[in-house]
Amino acid sequence: MEVALFVPCYIDQFYPGVAVATLELLEKLGCSIVYPMDQTCCGQPMANAGYERHSLETMQHFAQTFAPYDYIVTPSGSCALHVRAHYNALEQTEAVRRVRANTYELCQFLTDVLHVDRIDAAFPHRVGLHASCHGLRGLRLGQSSELRGPDFDKVRALLEQVCDITFVELDRRDECCGFGGTFAVTEEAVSVKMGRDRLRDHLNHGAEVITGTDMSCLMHLDGLIRRERLPVKVMHVAEILNGSKA
Amino acid sequence: MNHPAAAARFNEDVARTEWHDQALWFVREKRDAGSRRVPEWEALRETASQIKDHVLSRLDAYLIEFETQAKANGVHVHWARDGAEHNRIVYEILQKYRATRVVKSKSMLTEECHLNPYLEQRGIEIVDTDLGERIVQLADESPSHIIMPAIHFKKEEIGVLFHEKLGTEEGASDPTYLTEAARKDLRTRFLAAEAAITGVNFAIAETGGFVVVTNEGNADLGVHLAPVHIACMGVEKLIPRAEHLGVFLRLLARSAVGQALSVYTSHFHRPRDGCELHVVLVDNGRSVQLGREAFRNALKCIRCGACINTCPIYRRSGGHSYGATVPGPIGSILSPRNDPKKHSALPFASTLCGSCSDVCPVKIDIHKQLFHWRQVIAGQGHLAPSKRRAMRLAGWLFARPRMYRIAGRWARRALRWLPRFLIYSRWNRWGRARDLPEPPRYSFRDWYLKNRKTP
Repeated sequence: MEVALFVPCYIDQFYPGVAVATLELLEKLGCSIVYPMDQTCCGQPMANAGYERHSLETMQHFAQTFAPYDYIVTPSGSCALHVRAHYNALEQTEAVRRVRANTYELCQFLTDVLHVDRIDAAFPHRVGLHASCHGLRGLRLGQSSELRGPDFDKVRALLEQVCDITFVELDRRDECCGFGGTFAVTEEAVSVKMGRDRLRDHLNHGAEVITGTDMSCLMHLDGLIRRERLPVKVMHVAEILNGSKA
Repeated sequence: MNHPAAAARFNEDVARTEWHDQALWFVREKRDAGSRRVPEWEALRETASQIKDHVLSRLDAYLIEFETQAKANGVHVHWARDGAEHNRIVYEILQKYRATRVVKSKSMLTEECHLNPYLEQRGIEIVDTDLGERIVQLADESPSHIIMPAIHFKKEEIGVLFHEKLGTEEGASDPTYLTEAARKDLRTRFLAAEAAITGVNFAIAETGGFVVVTNEGNADLGVHLAPVHIACMGVEKLIPRAEHLGVFLRLLARSAVGQALSVYTSHFHRPRDGCELHVVLVDNGRSVQLGREAFRNALKCIRCGACINTCPIYRRSGGHSYGATVPGPIGSILSPRNDPKKHSALPFASTLCGSCSDVCPVKIDIHKQLFHWRQVIAGQGHLAPSKRRAMRLAGWLFARPRMYRIAGRWARRALRWLPRFLIYSRWNRWGRARDLPEPPRYSFRDWYLKNRKTP
């Protein structure tokens, strides 16, 4: 199965290890991975800031770059959602329709396409799972706490296949961390308070590692962790699934 | 209103911010528990959503049906294009009856139209009879929440306010005692009132009747004592038939606070003998919104407040930070309708987490509309030029792979080489409370070229 890897811009620049883990994990699971060399960004930062019109060229570039592939996998729920939901702003050419239908967040791909039921990794730590909003409520990677119906959580179900992992249960299992793209800067005070409150929930329940599908949420939380020297660290879910050590 | 600045001020008192957050989260949890007791909850939401969609698709016809039926019942029906016309109509009715003392139960529409100051300027005493509204009225403030107007007050503060305004004992803060004091004061107002104003929760096209729900019975007490009842409603409050009420009443109080039903659900059809009943139907921008497809379904709102309670930003910034009649997520998609410039910050007071849309009992796609409003507001030029330039530059860079790579490399180098005081200067709002990520020497692409790709 040939799969194109989309590495979001901020992961490319600041968290290359997360992209390496994603690549290795997918290869271990039998995918043959192509990394299109001219990829940049999905266009979300500008669009969420109100400047969708300034993101059209970037989105077109993404569509052209990734249209040839049957599957496009990315370690970010937020970017995957942007491609699927917000590329309606583009003319619906064959390329645009293809990338909208074929772009998957990593855990979504592992669950819905590869049907992974065995992960060869161990992680003997207490883990707090941060349910990133765009993955949870946008891609429906799990049942949000607002909706009534059968509970499910694709990310957690994958992590449960990791040996020796222990989950901590949170008081607020899916409250936003407060990152929100440019929100983190324009609404700095509320953003920081939201981040601190999330961290306290994880720390109160003894999390050693906070993980999630989106490095952007984790970057925001990690910024607070390092500034305040808190006894917890963040890791992307791809790193844990790929067998990285804490 | 500058929401970020007001929210930052709110957050200066950390203990109070946490108290406010927890008070509202408690209500959200009660809503969760209430919704869990209804096995068909999601089907109920879908039904409610479809009924409202249907109403909005033929609002004109339902309004005329409602008017015809109401008139046949002996109700006076008035139409108001905007807030000013609404206020004038109410005032004229009051003048006709020489009414100078008026009681009013909860109505966000009259808040939207700023009815109280309009009537007060004309020598009319208007008393809000909902306890929370009475508290904010005595404090000369506006409601900070649509169903819990005084949620931002602590009971000790209400004790101080009541001591000053109602003569309660100094230092007293027992809720029962304070409520009793408010009740005694309100009772004299009820008995003296010459007219009663209420809002409308649901108006029924088929019957020409309408429903008002309260937990305190204050709407009933007002209209049963006064000879004139004026009910003010936005034109979107209609539902087609009486049988649809069950769908909405089961959702409303549960979504609001987890109650199965509001304590009082009062049905009004015709005036009592010797009395008059007036209904004022208000547009005030609603028909414009009806014509905007992306924003139309915000008119489905039944004002339960669930999106406000769940909003992590509202809980940590307080209702007044929004500078709008309706705060929180629903307010942020309703308020820009009439004044996008004034309310330009509101659609950005969100992380687009989507909790509001999932909690909404009538399935308004609130977070998607927030996204659309951002585009409209940026398109109309209401954002800072620096932001526009930054986004245009980012859009240009990301469409040019080589330029993106060069910019990324230099950004990482700058973060490695520059001294900390320069990186964390006062211009860096990210860095006030947070560290930036440690910049690696290589991008993933660099790693891939080195380790995987043979040229």
